[in-house]
Parts: sequence; C-alpha cells; structure tokens
Amino acid sequence: MQHLKTIIKKELSDHFSSYRFTIIFALIAMVSLIVAYMIGINVRKELEGVAKPQFIFLMLFTSSGNLFSLVQFVAFFGPLIGLLLGFDTINRERNEGTLSKLLSQPIYRDTVINAKFLAGVSVISIIMISIILVIIGLGLLVLGIVPGIEEIWRIFIYLVISIIYISFWLGISILFSILFRSTATSALAALAVWIFFSFFVAIGASAVADALVPDIKQDIKVAGSEADYLRSRIINQFSLISPMHLYTRATATIIDPTRKTTQTFIEIGRMESISIARFSGTLPLTQSILIVAPYIVSLIALTIICFALSYTIFMRQEIRSF
Amino acid sequence: METTPIIVTCELTKRYNGRTAVDNLTLSINEGEIFGFLGPNGAGKTTTLLMLLGLTEPTSGSAEVMGLNPARDAVKIKSKVAYLQENMGFYSDLNARQMLNFIAELNDIKGKQADERINKALETVGLDSEASKKISAYSRGMRQRLGIAELLIKDSKIAFLDEPTLGLDPDGANRLIELIQTLCSERKITVLLSSHMLDQVQKICNRVGIMIKGKMVAHGPMAQLAKEKLGVDNQTYSLEEIYMRYFKES
Repeated sequence: MQHLKTIIKKELSDHFSSYRFTIIFALIAMVSLIVAYMIGINVRKELEGVAKPQFIFLMLFTSSGNLFSLVQFVAFFGPLIGLLLGFDTINRERNEGTLSKLLSQPIYRDTVINAKFLAGVSVISIIMISIILVIIGLGLLVLGIVPGIEEIWRIFIYLVISIIYISFWLGISILFSILFRSTATSALAALAVWIFFSFFVAIGASAVADALVPDIKQDIKVAGSEADYLRSRIINQFSLISPMHLYTRATATIIDPTRKTTQTFIEIGRMESISIARFSGTLPLTQSILIVAPYIVSLIALTIICFALSYTIFMRQEIRSF
Repeated sequence: METTPIIVTCELTKRYNGRTAVDNLTLSINEGEIFGFLGPNGAGKTTTLLMLLGLTEPTSGSAEVMGLNPARDAVKIKSKVAYLQENMGFYSDLNARQMLNFIAELNDIKGKQADERINKALETVGLDSEASKKISAYSRGMRQRLGIAELLIKDSKIAFLDEPTLGLDPDGANRLIELIQTLCSERKITVLLSSHMLDQVQKICNRVGIMIKGKMVAHGPMAQLAKEKLGVDNQTYSLEEIYMRYFKES
C-alpha cells in the first residue's frame, strides 16, 4: 500500500507538471465556460412564459445552447482526455529504460500498473469535478437559482458515471501503451478506436438496419411504421457495443428527469406511450437510477475488462524488448 | 567468508521466441568477491542479471540469491540487491535528490533516516553540489555516480553493475572503478560487474566469467584461466589476451 501511494504521488506530480495536462485543462476550461455561458443565456429565453419550471439547474447540463450541451461535449471529447492521459503510460517508461529501474526496486509488478491507473483516474476526477463546479458556479451567477437536493444528487451521479466513462478510455490507452512499443503507434491506435466508436458504429448500425429491414415505406404506409420501429430497434441494439452510446443513454436519463425511458420515441409501443403521457410529471431519482442501472453496470464492466486485460498482459510481458 | 556462495545458478536457461539467450548457465559467486562478467554484446549477460533479480522468468533451471529463489521471492531479493542498468534509467525530469527520495521511499526508508542517507551518499559520490539539478542535465559520469549513490542508500549487500563504464572517458571510468572498489571493500558488497573495459576488470576483479552466445565458456580466477589458455604462470598475461583467445575459439 505504501509503495502504491509513493508511485501514485509521483505519477500525479508528473501529470500536473506536464505541459500536456496544462493544455488539456486550458482547453476544457475554455470550452466548458463558453458552453455554460451560452446555455445560461439560452435557458432564460427557453423559460420565458413557462408557468412552473422544474429542475432548471439541470438544464445547464442538457440544454444544447447554440452548439452542443455539456453532456454531449463530455460524451464526445471526454474520451480524448482519457486517451491523452494514458497513451504513453508504459511504453515511454520502457523506451527510456525507467521501467526496469522502477521494477528493480522491491515492489510487486502490479503495484506499478495499479498506481498508474489510479493516478490517471484521480486526474480525470479532478478535471471533471472542476468542470462541473465551474458550470455550477456560473449557473448560480447567470441564473441566480440555487440547485435543490435532488439536482445535486443527479449532478453527483452524472459526475460518477462520467469518471467511469473516461476511465474506460484511460484503460484502453494504457492497454495500447503496453501492447505497442512506440508511443506514436499507441496514440494512433487509441485514436482509431475512438473514431471507430464515435462514427463507425453509428454508420454501421444504420447500415445493418438497412440490410435487415429494407425501406418499404413507399409501398405500404402501415408496414412503413412497423419497419421504422424495427430499424430503430436494430440500430439501438447494435449501438450498444459503443461505450459512447452507453454513456449518452445513461447520463441523459439521470440528468434530465423528464425523460422516463432510455428508448427513443419510435421504439415506444402504443400502450406505453399512452401511459407515459398520462403521468406527465418528472421521474423520481430512484426510478431514473433504475432505468439506467444496466447501462452503468455495462460501463463499469467494460472498464474493468479493459483494465484486467492490461493487467494480465503487463504481468506476463518481458521487461526487455527484442 | 570467501567461500560462502551468495549467488548460485544451476543450468539456468532463457529462451526468447526460439532464440536461446542464456544456455545452461551454472555459476556460483562467493560473498564479498568482485566477479567480472565478460562477453560480447548480446551474449546474455543482462538477461542473466534480470533472471537473478526475478524481473524475467527462466525457461528452465534454477537460481538462488542469498538463499532465495528469484522466481518466488523477487521482492525480498530486490530489497537487498542494487541493479545499475546500462542506461541507468533515472527519471530525467526529477533532480537527483527527488530521484533518490523516490527510491528510498520504495525501499521503505523514510523521514530522517532517508535524508541522512541521501546526504551522505551524495557526498560520497561527489554530487552534493549538483543535487538540485535535473537529471536530464547530468553527464554520463554523473548519472553513473548517482547510480552508486542509489546503491549506498539501499545499503545493498549485492550489486549488479551492468556496463557501468560504458561511454565514459578513460579518466571518468577509472575514477568510477576506484569508487566501486573502495566502497565494496569497505562495505563487503558482492559485485557482479559486467564490462568491456578489460584492463579495469583485471584490476579489480577476483574472478571472471566469460560468456559467449549464452554459454559460459570459462570462469575462475584470472591466473587460472591464463594458465589454461596462454600457458603462462607469472603476472605478465593480460585479460584481453585471454578474452580474445576464448572469443576466437567459439
């Protein structure tokens, strides 16, 4: 444990003193400030004429302003934080020869990889917490509304899910840094995975849906809506392989209490939509959590699988490269 | 004292993807001696050292360091053995004191004791005035001396020195070798020294082993090897002649 702390301490000081961290932090701070400000102004307009608005504070995170909402921003660019923090974790040390120096000290080999992962997670947590605090602070200033207890809980859960999500990407990049000797290769490989999940899965999903359920809308009107329903389901199931999709689904329901299901409107059956329409109030926190629990569990599982893979490979790998 | 073996290997073998790096190495090194580990680049010297430290697993055979098995008690062995690798492997963006502090912490040396040891070690190797410089600004010789400081802080009983004089100017190399020699006789440290500077090895080593293509082709006291290979009895032989003779034969 003592050794773990020592290495984490060193890793953290490395992270904080690196230019890379400063650049990431500056970028993110800038974007979140802009997003928060735009939204703060937009929310005012959106709320004009609404009789009894609820959960206004959460709109800071979900309202898409002029460009995109913070939730979308984190879903899309959050992975980059994880990738940037981890892509050279092991291979840089290997190339500089510091890995064998570190391992020739009386420590267990897994201490090194555990410490590196935990240090990365701490940095991610610090980044996410500060972004959210900045937005809350700006929200207080611009909107002049104090968040309620439930809103704070929802923001907190959102924070935890986001940290797990970015940690998954950290795990991916650490895995690549173990697999590839060159830091450039591991960075590119990690980027490729990010692009695959963010663009290709979406395109692939609709391609698969098109193949399975050909568009027959023009022929029969009724069958058309049936086909739409099927297509939408296929796209959804297929997209579930993307952690980005899991994350978006999980957070959208948590941060937006008016959402009662993770499904899109086309997928909801007729009876279901009637029952939803009848109870037009917001969803209690516990119910929101119940709905997104499977997504959160999947995200945690993915992160653990990723880390376990890195762990096993690292433990078996030869120190010297030939 | 001179006869207790502290490092013993028995038919130690290591294969990397079909290539045999170390082939049936049987060797014993006594406590307190300076053992010269010679051989061309890629002969398997570093691999042997890594196996003795438990950093890589042998394909077959066994080894014992201070009565411990490196495959099982690597952590215990590593707390008693200092390994100075070829390129030193210090974190270049730390300064010498931070680096030594980090190493001390990993070796469970804390607080006042760590400070005392670090100050003393830096003084002994003559780096106390440059301790707050970043290691990236250090010359090769300074890095090697910092490595010796690490050895002092860990208070190791055994030191594996992998090419400590590589890339040093003759004067620097001589001073480093002298430093190693004095420290080892003062502290009774067993040293496994791998080097290409044969005249220096001849100066300070008790015994040598010559390793070529993974095989230990000869080991023993230098005088004995000289007698076997060159047929000379007096002190006129040079280690270089012996080494070249073995090298050409294999």
